[in-house]
Amino acid sequence: MNYTSYIIPVLIALIIVAGFVKKVDIFNEFIDGAGESLRVGVGILPALIALMTAIGMFKASGALGAITDIIAPAATLIGFPPEALPLALIRPISGSGALATYETILTEVSPDSFAGRVASVMMGASETTFYTVAVYYGATKVTKTRHTIAACLTSDITAFIFSALTVNLLMN
Amino acid sequence: MMKWVFGLMLLLSVIFGIITGNAAPLTESALNSCVEAVELFLYLIGGMCMWGGLMRIAEKAGLTRGLAKIFRPLFKLLFPGLDPSSKAYGLICMNVAANVLGLGNAATPIGLNAMHELEIEAKKANLDGTAASRHMIVFIVLNTASITLIPQTAASLRLKHGSLSPFDIFPAVIVTSVIALTAGLLIALVFNAAGKKISAEKERQCDISEVKI
Repeated sequence: MNYTSYIIPVLIALIIVAGFVKKVDIFNEFIDGAGESLRVGVGILPALIALMTAIGMFKASGALGAITDIIAPAATLIGFPPEALPLALIRPISGSGALATYETILTEVSPDSFAGRVASVMMGASETTFYTVAVYYGATKVTKTRHTIAACLTSDITAFIFSALTVNLLMN
Repeated sequence: MMKWVFGLMLLLSVIFGIITGNAAPLTESALNSCVEAVELFLYLIGGMCMWGGLMRIAEKAGLTRGLAKIFRPLFKLLFPGLDPSSKAYGLICMNVAANVLGLGNAATPIGLNAMHELEIEAKKANLDGTAASRHMIVFIVLNTASITLIPQTAASLRLKHGSLSPFDIFPAVIVTSVIALTAGLLIALVFNAAGKKISAEKERQCDISEVKI
């Protein structure tokens, strides 16, 4: 048994204890929170259908494989698994697209393989940069974002490179 | 942006698929991918709701507030010149705390409020309202780097595809996101410092020209 198997049960226990200590109506709050997540999920579904179709067809046509083959040598050079490349390309642009791509990758490679793990770390360690930037500046009158994109993309690229490095160093 | 990604992917697929003789799998995937999307949704929605429920309890128990308190002293380094007692500073701490707990739904409205407050701060300092202030840039970097306690989606999907220990990516995710965030923040802060120097020099030049006149 790996120690990571304890994280979830212990976390759940901590949250419940904290809820009791602070006299939270834990059952009703759970229902409220779960209901809100359900609405968010339903809201994502149409985009997920659109992008699963786009990525599914892109893969079935052979175009995805062709693009991956072209950039694969550069990726292998820095120790990045070519199978996880499509995810790196779509991650900053679309959350639903990233989810669809990640699912497609896991049908190709085992989740416990090097590429499967790197893709998983990428999913967990990066965000939909362009969406966030658009939504946050959308709340202001800002039109010149200056070095925002440069800084955010640096963070994304670092996440991609380090997802391969950390899987290599911490998991083998 | 998405209009182009979506449209070009579909068009390229059809053209490429027909040229390479992959019309049959192309048709199959056109008809099947939507079903796969609903299956994926059904698979993920359970976990999403479960964590949404648990994290709501955590929020009501004051975990977000507690975490925000821990961030308060740390953020002085990231937002030099921003008054720690200001509304903007408090909202920034709350937003990051909500993100760390995976409370995406709660984090966004707090974050948008924080942006609004940062805009007011920028106005107070007589900055150009159409350009991002240095605090806004650092704040957005904090939001686009994912520092989440539980990589729940990734773990659920790994379990679905038969992973033996879906959470074993946990340490790698934490290390990677912290390093990625640091890199993004460094770029933001270095450019901020450079930008400040340039505007200070411009001011100095203006002073000199005024003296000459």
